[in-house]
Amino acid sequence: MGKTLFDKVWDAHVVDTIDNGPQILYIDKHLIHEVTSPQAFNELEQRNIPIFRPDQIVATADHNTPTINQHLPIKDELSRKQLEQLSANCKKNNITLYELGHKYNGIVHVMAPELGITQPGMTIVCGDSHTSTHGAFGTIAFGIGTSQVAQVFASQCLLLTKPKSLRVTVNGKLKNGVLPKDVILYIISKIGTNAGTGYFCEYAGDVFENMSMEGRMTVCNMSIEMGARGGMIAPDETTFEYVKGRKFAPKGEEFDQKVAYWKTLPTDDDAVFDKEYHFDAEDIEPMLTYGTNPGMGIKISEFIPETSDASFEKALDYMNFKKGETLIGKPINFVFIGSCTNSRIEDFRIAANYIKGKRKADNVTAWLVPGSKQVEAQIIEEGLKAIFDDAGFELRQPGCSACLAMNDDKIPQGEYCVSTSNRNFEGRQGQGARTILASPLMAAATAVEGKIIDITKQLN
Amino acid sequence: MEKFITLKATAIPLDIENVDTDQIIPARFLKATNRDGFGKNVFRDWRFQKDGSVNTNFVLNQPQFDGPILVAGDNFGCGSSREHAAWALTDYGFKVIVSSFFADIFKGNALNNGLLPVQVSPEFLKELMTTIAADPKTKITVDLEAQTIGIDGSNHSESFEIDAYKKTCMINGYDDIDYLLSKKETIEAFEKTLQAY
Repeated sequence: MGKTLFDKVWDAHVVDTIDNGPQILYIDKHLIHEVTSPQAFNELEQRNIPIFRPDQIVATADHNTPTINQHLPIKDELSRKQLEQLSANCKKNNITLYELGHKYNGIVHVMAPELGITQPGMTIVCGDSHTSTHGAFGTIAFGIGTSQVAQVFASQCLLLTKPKSLRVTVNGKLKNGVLPKDVILYIISKIGTNAGTGYFCEYAGDVFENMSMEGRMTVCNMSIEMGARGGMIAPDETTFEYVKGRKFAPKGEEFDQKVAYWKTLPTDDDAVFDKEYHFDAEDIEPMLTYGTNPGMGIKISEFIPETSDASFEKALDYMNFKKGETLIGKPINFVFIGSCTNSRIEDFRIAANYIKGKRKADNVTAWLVPGSKQVEAQIIEEGLKAIFDDAGFELRQPGCSACLAMNDDKIPQGEYCVSTSNRNFEGRQGQGARTILASPLMAAATAVEGKIIDITKQLN
Repeated sequence: MEKFITLKATAIPLDIENVDTDQIIPARFLKATNRDGFGKNVFRDWRFQKDGSVNTNFVLNQPQFDGPILVAGDNFGCGSSREHAAWALTDYGFKVIVSSFFADIFKGNALNNGLLPVQVSPEFLKELMTTIAADPKTKITVDLEAQTIGIDGSNHSESFEIDAYKKTCMINGYDDIDYLLSKKETIEAFEKTLQAY
């Protein structure tokens, strides 16, 4: 029987297998940030264990950083201390850190791919559930808890039971105005938030083959929102072209050798998956969420379902929506374009292309938060900042920002935010804030109109 | 890590599905750099109103319910990988979480902190919820060695699954680092074979 892409990468990293137990999986790259690493550093220090492979760790500050005035000292004492501790820990242990203000600083899942740290066939972990993003390169990448961060510090390995395999295939041509974000929100709305639990997912079909790397990252990023530890897309010419020439990518002959290896990774024709789903690209429309988990999504032309159960009703009550109603026409006062899901250059190009020549509605506060310093520089270089400025949008500095509202970028109580981030959980963007997940195009259109519109009516 | 063998205690029914880790411990409380003290903020925005007053409708605030076992709805612990969720639950005093389904990362984090996730059938979960709601003094017995969970005063019980390795760790209070460090030579030998990529 043939092997899946996942099998090939996993099997190549198995150090040892415990009888009737987990396997020891070798980790190529370990990404860390300020929030989930300090307790792991402490643990190793208390137990007097050295960091095993510091040169395979890369650190960034992103979750807890301000998105304005980054050159000034951080006002919030706890946030400042957390960043200081990251700097001290990295310095003490010889770990590369792209701290606040560094030209490579950014959200961990934006920074690593754009620097060529992320490469096909690797195993990558980070104490962050959206580590699944890196699967876009044909990489086994997944989020871990802090105890596991400590394990990787100590041994560059993890004890894991091999997950089951799942494949989601989407074939056909996407309609005008349907973006990668809509594709993944559509998939999660169809299969639910726990369909992937216990599985590693592969996305296959011409929709993903025709997607840019930025689009593939958006899709793989949200694998965790259907419960899957990670999602992968087979590496191809689009992948190789993206990786080539990046700072930490292999160069010259070494690159060609790697490409030859990477070409052996795609799933064999006769490989069998434990679970498969098939969808038709033509069925997908711009998507919006109406509830408090990412599976509670509808197409723009659809109405909120008439489901009756306590959890569903609790969600609608929180969102102040009614069963059977449309979201079109709902007034919106906050728009957030950013997060590890949608803060890459392509996302800002899409937004700028729509916004050009228009103006933000007066009732809307619109935050644009680039995923990294490099994306920020590119926004300015390509003239997109001028478009955003003219239209009344606020381009802020890079970080996780209002996706999890750990810094000061919070949506006020009771307000709706059309957001390109990944989670619409209760209070995720601020206590009492109501999140509606959408694509950068839908977010830009909402900011211009001051309410939710059916974007397809403008495009067709 | 604290050892876990058996527990016979009362339980708290949290009859909500898809409890995500942002509810267990909201992001604004993740700024600490140690593992202690998260319990006071567990389920913060469900336990307290925005003005700081106690939400008496929330089960953790209802005095009739008490105990180190949390019985929760399907898909418990989804969302963010923050281990702070497991730390907050253990710091609050929970030793066992019962649900019909757990999210992967949370389950691993719980096991790494001596917090036992017990997955039961949806039917048994419903029975637990109803029984505890009707009589909050009902004792639940969780036996890790036998891998069973039972309701006292009835002969209803179920067996649950746990990875054999993780079970050994829980019973003996070992953690994965001890094991991985014992394999250092094997890991170093493996690294030398990694040239292909």
